[in-house]
Amino acid sequence: MKKTYKIEVDCANCANLMEQAAKNTAGVADAVVNFMTLKMKVEFAEGTEPQLVMAEVLKACRKVEPECEIYY
Amino acid sequence: MSRRISITILEGMNDKQKKSLARILLTALLLIALQFVPATGMGQMALYLVPYLLIAYDILGKAVRGIRNGQVFDENFLMAVASIGAFLLAVYDQSGDCLEAVAVVLFYQVGELFESYAVGRSRRNISELMDIRPDYANIERGGELVRIAPDEVEIGSVIVVQPGEKIPLDGIVLEGSSMLNSVALTGESQPREVTAGQEVISGCINMTGVLHIKTTKEFEESTVSKILSLVEEASSHKSKSEAFIAKFARVYTPLVCYSALALAILPPLINRFALGMAMEWHVWIYRALLFLVISCPCALVISVPLSFFAGIGGASREGILIKGSNYLETLAKVKYVVFDKTGTLTHGVFAVSDVHHNTLERERLLEYAALAECASSHPISRSLQEAYGSKIDRSRVSEIQEISGHGIMARVDGSQVAVGNEKLMAKQGISAIPCRSGGTIIHVAIDGSYAGHIVIADVIKVQSAEAVAELRSAGVRKLVMLTGDGSQAAQQVAEKLRLDEVHSELLPSDKVAQVERLLAEKPEQEKLAFVGDGINDAPVLTRADVGIAMGAMGSDAAIEAADVVLMDDNPRQVAKAVRLARRCMGIVYQNIALALGIKFICLALGAVGIANMWLAIFADVGVLVIAVLNAIRALQVQNV
Repeated sequence: MKKTYKIEVDCANCANLMEQAAKNTAGVADAVVNFMTLKMKVEFAEGTEPQLVMAEVLKACRKVEPECEIYY
Repeated sequence: MSRRISITILEGMNDKQKKSLARILLTALLLIALQFVPATGMGQMALYLVPYLLIAYDILGKAVRGIRNGQVFDENFLMAVASIGAFLLAVYDQSGDCLEAVAVVLFYQVGELFESYAVGRSRRNISELMDIRPDYANIERGGELVRIAPDEVEIGSVIVVQPGEKIPLDGIVLEGSSMLNSVALTGESQPREVTAGQEVISGCINMTGVLHIKTTKEFEESTVSKILSLVEEASSHKSKSEAFIAKFARVYTPLVCYSALALAILPPLINRFALGMAMEWHVWIYRALLFLVISCPCALVISVPLSFFAGIGGASREGILIKGSNYLETLAKVKYVVFDKTGTLTHGVFAVSDVHHNTLERERLLEYAALAECASSHPISRSLQEAYGSKIDRSRVSEIQEISGHGIMARVDGSQVAVGNEKLMAKQGISAIPCRSGGTIIHVAIDGSYAGHIVIADVIKVQSAEAVAELRSAGVRKLVMLTGDGSQAAQQVAEKLRLDEVHSELLPSDKVAQVERLLAEKPEQEKLAFVGDGINDAPVLTRADVGIAMGAMGSDAAIEAADVVLMDDNPRQVAKAVRLARRCMGIVYQNIALALGIKFICLALGAVGIANMWLAIFADVGVLVIAVLNAIRALQVQNV
């Protein structure tokens, strides 16, 4: 399952770091962060609950970029 | 004037940016004021701490948090270490002059502010470009117009579009006529006239009359939704250059940090133990700090995606929708263009292309033929009537007799007219003059004597020849045409347009085979584009390096299968797409070369001691500003 979320982040490098962090979160098969449109596209692994996974994704992203926001 | 500009700039900023601007201005004022304060030594340093903390507190905070989270090497860390290091050096030198330490952070913040402002601006620019999303649809309920959301309108409903409104859904005009402006969709600024019975697509602006439209698609399936989702998805397909930069930034920052550390420690030790000279710690630490400032990767990391974003945004304003930066990159390398014939280089509709051996005037011959064929609805008859142009007066025609497989016999203005193929002429005992042109030949005989023949063929688009010339001057090496039509018609088009290769009488699967052969023959770096109108060529569109679908408004299969969608059916747009892609890639390479080049030069100068902190600040912030301004150039597409 793929979903797109709106995000808030200040710099392009931070967006790259967020993408990396999201990719490494359990339950995420793949993630793409688009800094220019401020969107995060997440492909969830089979049988995962997107809301729960996204909470983890946000936690991981906050670690690399404390001021980021994901609207899920 | 300047005041008005500054007001518009302020209006374009969000609160965060305004706050940052206020901090920058205040810090700058404090720094200027400090130049006139007669304090020296530790007292002066303590005074400098005030602007420093004002401008750097968030960076210091982020750096600490980064270290705590195991994300050590980011630009906050670089800036924190560089500025604190500069402070400590001032203490060590006992000069108390900490201007450089504060300036490093001050200019870094200026750069950050500029970056976020420029990105915000181009984001808004592009969303304005794509301002085709309709907000509502008017529906008549109980004699009154009611506004409802476009996605609530069901297929087959009748919507009313008033002058000045956007057409919210695809449909067919039931009633009314108007001029439509489709500039936001196709880049074509010439308004188009529509009347009852014609299909209209969503996203066009209704200019003059009220239209009643019966919808044929739901909002999600309508052209406007398709285009918007296509553009929004575009930049998630990242190009090789973007991937390279992202990877590079990950390796580069730690690498520079370790080199700075080595630069601070190794030379003094070598001086001391190998050469027996003084260690000169502070000189080498200063140079190491320069390293940290110069190396900030911001310029690279922002300018490359920004160039692609601006390039894709600018192209979509011209009616060229590119599905991702990777396709833009491939498009720039196109050296082979394969065209489908029908609907791409030609109109795909039959029209009278020529009249030969006519014994009476061309117009008169067409008039007789059109009158004789007036009762038939065959496509050929229709193209004859269209070529005649005037209204047909049926009272002039009598005794119409259709001979199937041959043609038509009729009495027009009292003369016996025979219109049909060679077989009809033979049957009448009239010797017809054969024709060498490809296409359908209609012979005409009047009162038993041969009067000439009319050639009906698929007509080459007027822009096709220009498109071919423009593609060649854009560096395309080989132009190939593939078609399912007969070889005579195909050869004729190819000769007229001076194409390099033509293959005719192909089935859709043969087209794939031809494209695969071309793909195998060409070198890997030279890319192949296939241009089609999206009808029956989805497999080829997918197989080519870049599939370009033309005039795709309404053809869903093409929008799905293609990598680049041209909203217009003008073949010159293909050349324009290639040029825009080349220009955008040029900007990307300039930015990479500029950012890396200046940084490496400054790093080298810093290592040998020629550079000072001001040059380092330029290498960081100055390069960022130049790269961002350069990237935004990709948005300007009018004269490309």
